[in-house]
Amino acid sequence: MDFDQARYARDDRYEPLLSEKNAAREEIDDSPLPDELTRDAVELPGLSEPELARHYTRLSQMNWSVESGPYPLGSCTMKYNPSFTEDVAADPNAAIHPDRSPRTSQGTLELLYELQDYLARIGGMDAVTLQPPAGAAGEFTGILVAKAYHESNGDDRSEVVIPASAHGTNFASAAMAGYDVVELPSGDDGRVDMEALDAALSEDTAALMLTNPNTVGLFERDIVEIAEMVHDVGGLLYYDGANLNALLGRGRPGDMGFDIMHYNVHKTFATPHGGGGPGAGPVGVVSELEPFLPNPRVREKGGNYRLEDAEDSIGKVHGYTGNWFVLVKAYAYIARLGDAGLSDASAKAVLNANYLAEQLDYEVPYEPFHHEFAATAGDRDAADVAKRMLDYGVHPPTTKWPEFVPEAMLTEPTEIENRDSLDDLAHAFNAAMADSDEELENAPSRTTARRIDQVGAARDPQLSWQALDDE
Amino acid sequence: MTRGSPYAPHTEAETAAMLDAVGAADEESLFDIPEDVRFDGEFGLEERSERDATTLLSSTLAKNKKLTEFLGRGHHSHYVPSLVNDLSRRSEFLTSYTQYQPEITQGFLQVLFEYQSMLVELTGLPVANCSMYDAATALAEAARLSNRVRQASGHRILVPEILHDGKRSVLDNYVAGTDLTVETYPMDDGNVDVDALSDLADDEVSMVYAENPTVRGTIEERLTEIGELADEVDALFCLGTDIVALGLLQEPASVGADVVVGEAGALGMPNAYGMGLGLFATREEFLRQVPGRLVGASEDAGGKRAYTLTLQTREQHIRKERATSNICTNQAWVALRTAMHVAYLGPDGLVDLAKQCVTDAESLAAELSELRGVRAPVHDRHHFREFVVHTDQPAKAIASDLESEGFAVHVVSEHKLQVCVSDLNAPKVDQLVAAFEEVL
Repeated sequence: MDFDQARYARDDRYEPLLSEKNAAREEIDDSPLPDELTRDAVELPGLSEPELARHYTRLSQMNWSVESGPYPLGSCTMKYNPSFTEDVAADPNAAIHPDRSPRTSQGTLELLYELQDYLARIGGMDAVTLQPPAGAAGEFTGILVAKAYHESNGDDRSEVVIPASAHGTNFASAAMAGYDVVELPSGDDGRVDMEALDAALSEDTAALMLTNPNTVGLFERDIVEIAEMVHDVGGLLYYDGANLNALLGRGRPGDMGFDIMHYNVHKTFATPHGGGGPGAGPVGVVSELEPFLPNPRVREKGGNYRLEDAEDSIGKVHGYTGNWFVLVKAYAYIARLGDAGLSDASAKAVLNANYLAEQLDYEVPYEPFHHEFAATAGDRDAADVAKRMLDYGVHPPTTKWPEFVPEAMLTEPTEIENRDSLDDLAHAFNAAMADSDEELENAPSRTTARRIDQVGAARDPQLSWQALDDE
Repeated sequence: MTRGSPYAPHTEAETAAMLDAVGAADEESLFDIPEDVRFDGEFGLEERSERDATTLLSSTLAKNKKLTEFLGRGHHSHYVPSLVNDLSRRSEFLTSYTQYQPEITQGFLQVLFEYQSMLVELTGLPVANCSMYDAATALAEAARLSNRVRQASGHRILVPEILHDGKRSVLDNYVAGTDLTVETYPMDDGNVDVDALSDLADDEVSMVYAENPTVRGTIEERLTEIGELADEVDALFCLGTDIVALGLLQEPASVGADVVVGEAGALGMPNAYGMGLGLFATREEFLRQVPGRLVGASEDAGGKRAYTLTLQTREQHIRKERATSNICTNQAWVALRTAMHVAYLGPDGLVDLAKQCVTDAESLAAELSELRGVRAPVHDRHHFREFVVHTDQPAKAIASDLESEGFAVHVVSEHKLQVCVSDLNAPKVDQLVAAFEEVL
């Protein structure tokens, strides 16, 4: 494929900043407030609507997205985001204030209640909260629930056990909740090392956080035994839902012995990633843990929906009910796909990952993987290979992670790619690998910007147009 | 009706060829899941056409009653220009993710850089991140930041006794794993009781939090004193506000704020059932302790200015349990919408909108006060968007009757309501006043 990304360049920059197009200043006078309660002036860009329309259209053209082409970031599940879900979320009836009475917000409450039920069925859980606004917030919520549960039993536990290969958020979430993190080394086969697990578990273990399939796509085949071991020491088993797309309709965390899980609806249920968010990270639990879920819960009686606070609840993890519009889109996706669609999504996601890996001139050290695989760039620098892939008109995979795979290229094509686009993607992988060191180091050249100096950016942080003006 | 996922493009022949290429007999055999934990795929969830799914959702949402909302208390909205809805939906923005490859995502990075810059201007503080989830989590992150920086000592977080429940509860949860404790200080006629706060402040205080406007809509008059008071005990002064109020009220940096948090989704978003955009800005010296993502300017190999995520060693994917926060996915797309809305308004539009928030509240309070048995505002303060109303009759009954007339207001206590006016409901204030008179 011959690819050139849009590039609006002039002099020493690309599209100028809004402030460079027209900086305007408004003095605060004729204020309805006494002078001492107001600021003096506001300086912001002052541009007309057509100028803004062109600015943002150009910026959009200088941005890669799922609708631009393959975006196989491992662990991110960059699926197609169905267009109709945007229309549904833009329904004026959805745009309501959170402090309305339940009597006047029955539609919202019904939708939330049903989504709780959908997610409970999909995860094999007994109860679900929709409040956490992202996956990491879900982890934090789940760990707080575990803590509240242990405390309710008069049980003071201090540790959360996490495999070294887990997402960085797991470690950070457990630490935020006040736990010491016990890191579990990966076994030789890429899975949980059962002996190391046995050594790590103790009466101090509050929970084991596990991703399954794990971050190189392997299913933890010993999951039932793992669950027993964790439960035997009185700990809880936490499921990181980042890789749930691989399991849809094939396996449910609840059936495997997990007590708590979060769902990444922006991954598994196709709500748009929005350039970094918003997502949503609902949390499901087994019935024993339900009393501790965040307040309020949505309850139903005789077709009437209400909000209810529970006494043992951990309280709140978001000022209100989380990322409502994202939840609407997730509901729409599930309502569209149903059983057949959800099961097909996991089937095609796993098929695509396997087919793609088969086409690559790269070693994939850990098999059998599911929806994602970690290829290794061997003696090449995975980050350089990734930069070169950009020139072939695809987004590269997640690089150099997980760390136990040398020069890892963690690749998750998702179910949305057809064979042709997988072949294009494979070509980009293989062509980049065949290119010279010089070509790799000089890449990319066909994207909007050339290789960006990351070290310089961190050494001399310039975080605003004001900082640039001060130079 | 579709067979399987409508968003998986494989034809049957293609699927067969791909299975053949990987040497698998069928799709099931690709799953390495032990038999005892296999699931049969029967969730009991129906599949629908796009049209049927749309109808299902719209008929469910139609059960929300049509009301004119005079509601605020931390969740606000203003008229969102069509340009924001239209351009933010461009799929290049909407369907992208975190800019791990900056060379191919300059567009979104520049939007976020511009958003950060707008917050720098409005707060007067030099560092703004590119989003927290909402005002409550931003406040909670500020408290955790105060615990990490050397400039602040102690473990007490002081917050106003009148504070949104959600903020307080989130704050409690975020500090539960630290040695921080949260205590309240009294309010005096809606605003901070500065003398009482002064009595409570000692070297054990890590952060003092105040809001402008407060949750009751009053405008603080003694922010500088609060800032000095915090400074004297080596505590951070964290100021909560919102993006519209920043356009008119005292600049946070000018009153000594060390951290500014609050709701930025008041621009760019309609009422969103509480979904928000947490703004977070702070001083340069706390840069390496900031939670969340930061976009910086740098240069590319061609010598041109280019943008990239920076200082990522603060973040969870590098620093793991020693990260400044666990936040990963954030509210980037909301930040894009907010930045577009701010740019659309320009400085004059933003200042005018903020002034309107003061004058509309003032005039509605005056009109309501003319009704028998009603007094507004309860607090003898200046107000922004909203104010508390005293009613001789039970407030709950009045609110309920108003609801039947098509208006929503807050019930604050037995004889107190709270009413919030913005450019969206301002055209209906006369009808609200008439309905009030009707139900009294």
